Amino acid sequence: MHPAPSLILFTVLSGAGFGLLVWLGLGLRAPTGFAAFILFGLGYGLAGAGLIAAAFHLGHPERALKAFTQWRSSWLSREAVLAAATLAVMAPHAASSVFAATPLPVFGWLGAVLALVTIFATAMIYAQIKAVPRWHHWSTPPVFLFAALAGGAALAGQAMLALWLMLGLAVAMIVHWMAGDAQFASAGSTTGTATGLGKLGSVRLLEPPHSGQNYLLREMVHVVGRKHATKLRLIALGAGAVLPALLLLFPAGYMVIALALIAHIFGMLAQRWLFFAEAEHVVGLYYGKR
Amino acid sequence: MTSLPEKTDKKLGLVIDLDTCVGCHACVISCKGWNTENYGAPLADLDAYGASPEGTFLNRVHSFEVAREDATPMVVHFPKSCLHCDDAPCVTVCPTGASYKRVEDGIVLVNESDCIGCGLCAWACPYGAREMDGAEKVMKKCTLCVDRIYNENLPEEDREPACVRTCPAGARHFGDLSDPESDVSQLVAARGGIDLMPEQGTKPVNKYLPPRARDALDIPDLASMCEPQTDKAKGFLGWLDRTLEKL
Repeated sequence: MHPAPSLILFTVLSGAGFGLLVWLGLGLRAPTGFAAFILFGLGYGLAGAGLIAAAFHLGHPERALKAFTQWRSSWLSREAVLAAATLAVMAPHAASSVFAATPLPVFGWLGAVLALVTIFATAMIYAQIKAVPRWHHWSTPPVFLFAALAGGAALAGQAMLALWLMLGLAVAMIVHWMAGDAQFASAGSTTGTATGLGKLGSVRLLEPPHSGQNYLLREMVHVVGRKHATKLRLIALGAGAVLPALLLLFPAGYMVIALALIAHIFGMLAQRWLFFAEAEHVVGLYYGKR
Repeated sequence: MTSLPEKTDKKLGLVIDLDTCVGCHACVISCKGWNTENYGAPLADLDAYGASPEGTFLNRVHSFEVAREDATPMVVHFPKSCLHCDDAPCVTVCPTGASYKRVEDGIVLVNESDCIGCGLCAWACPYGAREMDGAEKVMKKCTLCVDRIYNENLPEEDREPACVRTCPAGARHFGDLSDPESDVSQLVAARGGIDLMPEQGTKPVNKYLPPRARDALDIPDLASMCEPQTDKAKGFLGWLDRTLEKL
């Protein structure tokens, strides 16, 4: 799949933003006044920036409001509704913490649950797609959840919590990669089943339908990125989870947490890039490519 | 709602005969022509006179080679367009309700004025049946020529999809696949029509008729004659072959 920068930024940034809102909502850290302004501002800012980045992916962003209507069937619509609901429900808690120095735990807890489900909905947009076998697996949502919660915990300055979540993220990524490598074969789609000619013999593309490019090839048959898959996995694992976890072992301070966060975000961008670049869509079978 | 209907009254669709298709691409052109001049946004061409021209098409013809165990290899031309699936994954992923499957005839359509161009439906389709228009930035797909098949301004023989009407080989058939008595259903039954990628669980309405078994004539095995016959080489080549073999 084509690794669109807008989608990579969206999933990484809004993930970390909603992860932070989970911890702020649960009151694990209950800042008031200016500290609350900074932290809630960061949470809302990252979540909002991610959503704006995602809007750049749309062909017709002016119609984006229509995406709130189909929550009964569509994970993308659910994500939009849940994201808006999280930001709305969390608002009284945030405003009260900032201006009245009084957190409102009811709104906080409800907002935290909504934020968590929003992250899950983001993951399900990808995990629901059967035509991309690598994504269509139970190991996809844990990667998104651990990434968001670990980044959020680091943003909230919860060093110990972040440390454990970074280790969880490392395991989730490894499981997702290992399971993903076997997914295409176990989905059972081949050029033979795609054309229905498999019973006659071995099938290969003789002549593509067009000599130039097209939307399908650009969007779904992205072969270039996989060449460095192993290196990118090591970068994602090292910078995204292991290095931040090691840094967080040091006595907590702004410097340590800032360094851990920079490494984590960098690693997550690599992980997300690979998440798209490595995923093979079955439509490639019609083009003799994967 | 982009939920799928429990049941559709009819299942209009295509039956494509892979035995008959000659790979002329006439269906591709007539489809592009009709769907550029009629319902919905025109199908764009980008950089049409430049170095890398490309365009939006709702129907494309691939050509495959089948290498068979006990016979000569075979070329199969393979037209591919929307299969109007019963369990269409492209419909349920749509966040705006722009994608829908019609209850009355099972045709899967896009309401272009509701499409936000997110592209998720194209990702969800295993067959590559949907393409985002390069100019209009809305999702385009086969409409089964919904603006022809019910169009009383057209002569009756033209009330079928443009691709079917134009096919010079008679390789494309249109009809109601929910009616076991219809011509298309009987054709599917007689020829063992198949679903594409049944493992994807989409339950396509369109069916493909596999190539018929060829006559087995009492002639030498042509497949083995394609192999180089080095052991039977005579004269200078034979000497060369034997000498090189010994080195």
